[in-house]
Order: sequence, then structure tokens, then C-alpha cells
Amino acid sequence: MSLMLIKNEKYGETKMSQNYYQKNVETMPVEEMKKLQSEKLVKQVKHVYENVEYYRNLMDKKGVKPEDIKGIEDLHKLPFLTKADLRDAYPYGLLAKPIEDCVRIQSTSGTTGRRVVAFYTQNDINLWEDCCARAIVAAGGTNKDVCQVAYGYGLFTGGPGLNGGSHKVGCLTLPMSSGNTERQIQFMMDLSASIICCTPSYAAYIGETLKEKGYKPEDIPLKAGIFGAEPWTEEMRRKIEETLGIKAYDIYGLTETSGPGVAFECSEQTGMHINEDHFLAEIIDPETGEVLPEGEKGELVFTSLDKEAFPLLRYRTRDICVLSRKKCSCGRTLIKMAKPMGRTDDMLIIRGVNVFPSQIETVLINEGYQPNYQIVIDRVNNNDTFDVNVEMTPEQFTDIVSEVLAKEKALANAMKTMLGINPAVHLVAPKTIARSEGKAVRVVDKRKLI
Amino acid sequence: MAIKQLTVFVQNSKGSIVSVTNALSKNHINIRALSIAETNEFGILRLIVNDTENAKNILQKDGYLLKTIDVVGVKIGDTPGELTSALAVLDKENINVEYLYAFMARTEKHAYVVLRVENNNHAETALLSAGFKLVSQEDIDKL
Repeated sequence: MSLMLIKNEKYGETKMSQNYYQKNVETMPVEEMKKLQSEKLVKQVKHVYENVEYYRNLMDKKGVKPEDIKGIEDLHKLPFLTKADLRDAYPYGLLAKPIEDCVRIQSTSGTTGRRVVAFYTQNDINLWEDCCARAIVAAGGTNKDVCQVAYGYGLFTGGPGLNGGSHKVGCLTLPMSSGNTERQIQFMMDLSASIICCTPSYAAYIGETLKEKGYKPEDIPLKAGIFGAEPWTEEMRRKIEETLGIKAYDIYGLTETSGPGVAFECSEQTGMHINEDHFLAEIIDPETGEVLPEGEKGELVFTSLDKEAFPLLRYRTRDICVLSRKKCSCGRTLIKMAKPMGRTDDMLIIRGVNVFPSQIETVLINEGYQPNYQIVIDRVNNNDTFDVNVEMTPEQFTDIVSEVLAKEKALANAMKTMLGINPAVHLVAPKTIARSEGKAVRVVDKRKLI
Repeated sequence: MAIKQLTVFVQNSKGSIVSVTNALSKNHINIRALSIAETNEFGILRLIVNDTENAKNILQKDGYLLKTIDVVGVKIGDTPGELTSALAVLDKENINVEYLYAFMARTEKHAYVVLRVENNNHAETALLSAGFKLVSQEDIDKL
């Protein structure tokens, strides 16, 4: 049987029946869900207050006692936790279980300051893997799939999370980790991998490499991809879907709450369902901390309802997004979050103007480039310099210098239109922009600011 | 009639040219002519080699961004004023030369001039009718 046939069969399957991994919670009536969340929240606040001195102090300072929290309607009374709190309490200050009950540590890369370490009991791991399993099933995964996990393994949550989820679904799991693209492609083709999980930039890179090797989308056995851990745009999604011949699903998560699987996309691809039986979501005004009504744009805040070892209450993610309870065609009742429009961490202020890397990405795709770029900011004589390195593509390459320079100028103009400030654009040779753990290094800020 | 030119995009950084020539020499590709256009940041290498197809595959495998294009080769006598009269032909026909480079042929008493123009046919016809001889791919392969 040809690869094509296997792939089409799988397409057929996912189209015919809408599957859930844990149907009862994924399709639970909203009122019932709120009741469940309230019960869990009351218990969780008590657990945290009794076991986490750091948070107890925050509650005491605010004059809130566990008894004041009778349900989710009282959530707003609790103090926030921020990344700064995580730094202050590093490493064990927010641990809510004795070490003998904990079985795992995961950590962030620490690119935005001191690294975050998160702790897990076996139960925490189980629930986390369930969340990832829900994402895989929502992407059409079944026990007949070969699931290639090309997220980094190790301290990074991507690999371990999807690996566990893939096992729970019963997929034949390929624990590739990130990097070694030649080997990724060999395993993908030889073993007919049907699902791939990795960062979107790595998916785009694998796609480019396959294209260079002469593979057409229909030659590639994949049917779906689950991509997250870094911001990406709809344009990038379309690009990946075209080159790999797949449906690309978004997945959201952060180490602070567990890892990937806090929210996941379904076949409708219009936002991610939050696993709100485990993670209670709020949107707040990032300036005032006030809770905003559903549908308004603001900072996403999560409260872990079931985490035992590292139960963060009202953790401010710094992701700017919108929540929606609009009925979803997939049948899930779980609240949906829009793709974050940016992270306050990612937001660059260059010459006083707010710049999100995702805006650069949009320009590149609109102008016919791959989203392989790097922003370099520096300060010379008290002025910000703003350079964008973009990888040259075969389609844009010409043998005439003046034409290459004109292309750089055209890109700079398009960016200026989008951003309001003028970057210097440099077309660079392919694959010269550094990638780490499959995550492209998008921003190099050399400004030494106090 | 046109001849094949290999065009490679490289960073203007230490070692970037030698890594291209090294990849070619390891695979016994002989470079007949080489011209470089560069800015502070990138360089464009233009190569005439004895086995264009093979050279292209080798460099592509090494991850280089490159393309093969057709350029016009014209033979000019090894005497002062010959290049000028060839260019005058093109000028009269309003043919814009993007760039050119020249190399000596070993066997003949000729220099070979490689011309990058917009319309190869136009340039070739003009040069031929003015009595110039063109360089063919066979001439290159024989070098």
C-alpha cells in the first residue's frame, strides 16, 4: 500500500467521527463545569495556604483567608503571582508537597531571566499527559497513528508532555527530540509518521528541507501537526500546511502551569480549547489587574485547580489574548482562547515603538519570504539600531547585486508600513540564523539598559 | 548558444569563498572563471565551471543557495580596443550590460568575455552580425 493511501484513510477517519479523549469533561455543560471548578478551587486554595508559605504571606497581606473563597466567583479576591514571584521563590519556595511526593522537575530555557523550575507529583504528570492526549485526539490522533515527537526532550516540557500524551492515546511514539533534521526525515519517511509535534519554526524548517530534497506534499506521510511553544501566525500555519500537506494544530502551555496542553486546537482551528477542568482562566487588565468580561482583550491569568506539587494560583502569563465561550462545531464546551497576540515578554520597544516579532513574520510571508528571520537591536550614540536579518530564498535570489539591494529596501518599506519604524533589512544566506532546541532565536537585544 | 553560469549567494564573511571553492575542488570540478560582486554583507559568486550540473548538485547538498543562468560569451581578439568595439555593438543596440568579466582562453589567441544582459538572443544576434564569434558551452567544456 502506498503512503498516500494510508494517509487518505486517516484523513477519512478523522472527518467521519469526532473523537474526544475524555468526552465527559470536554463536552461538559458549562454550569456543571463551573460547579466542578468551584469545588476544586476551594480545595486548592486550602492546600496552597497550608503548604506554601510564600503564597500564604501574599494572602495574609491582602487579608484573604481560605474560607473567603467559596467558589470561582471569589477568585478575584486572591493575589496574583508573577514571574518575579517565581524568581523570588526560586527554587523551592512555591513547592506545595514534600520532596518525597515529587517525581519530576521541568524547567524553562531561562531566556527572559532566571529559569523557572516546576515540580510534579506522579498525579500531576498523569493529568498533564491527559491534557496532551486530548490535544492529540483533537488533531485526529488515534492508536493507529505514528506520532513523531520532535520537541526537545529533557528539561523543556515540549518533548516529555507530548510524549506522554502520545502514549496515552496509544500512538506508536517516535521520541525523536529536536534537531538532526536528516534523521527526522528518514524516520518520518521510513516509518510513515502520521503526526508530528514540534515548534512551528522547526516544522517550517523540516518542510523547507523536504522541499529542497524534492519531496512534494503528497509524498509526505504526515496528516497532522501539533505545534506550539513559540508565537506563530496564521500565515505561517498556511505555509506549513502547504509544504507538509497536513493540518496544523496549535497547542498552548507554559512550564509554570505544567507545559503544553493547557489549551489545544480542534478541527475548527478558531482558537484553542482550554482544559479548564484543570486550569481556570481569567483575562485581566494588565495595568490595573481588574478582571475583564469575556470577549475583552487582556492578559491571560491561570489558576491550576489540580496541580499538587506546583499549584500556582492566579499566575499572570503575560500573554495578551481573548477568551470566548462561543459554541464550537467540534462539540467541545471548553472555553476557547484566541492565539495570543503577543507576550509582554516578546514585545520590544524600539525607538519608543512597540514591536512584536509576529508582525515581522507577517510581513515576510506577505512578501514571499520564509519566516526565517532575526531581529537585532542595539543602541549606538543613544539611538536604537533596528536590524532584521532575513534568510534569502531560492525564489527571491538573483545574480544581480542591485536587485538584491532593491529587495532589501522593499522589505524594509513593508516593515515600516506595518510597524511605523524603519528597520535595516539584510538578506542573509540560508540557514545562517541560529536555532536552539528547534526554537529559532528571533530577537537579539544588545542594548545595555539599566 | 549561451553558456551556463553558476551563481551562489554567500555571506560576506571570512572563509565563505574558500568553502565554496573547496567543495568544488574536492569533487574535481575545475573553475574556468570566477567573478565576485559583493556588498558589506553578502557576496554573489559567479562561476563558469567544467561541469555545471555536477557542481550545482554538490553545492546544493552543502546547503548553498544558488541558481544556474544563461549568459552570453563572446570571443574577442587579444588586442587593445577589441572589448570596446564589442561593447559598442551592444550599446548601439541599446542593450544594457548588467555585469561582465573576462578570462583568457588557453589555446586560442582570444579572451573570452562573459556578458550578463537582459535579452541573450538580442545580444548574440547583434554580436554575430558585427562579426564576433560567440563562446559555446562546448568551448568551455574543452578548456
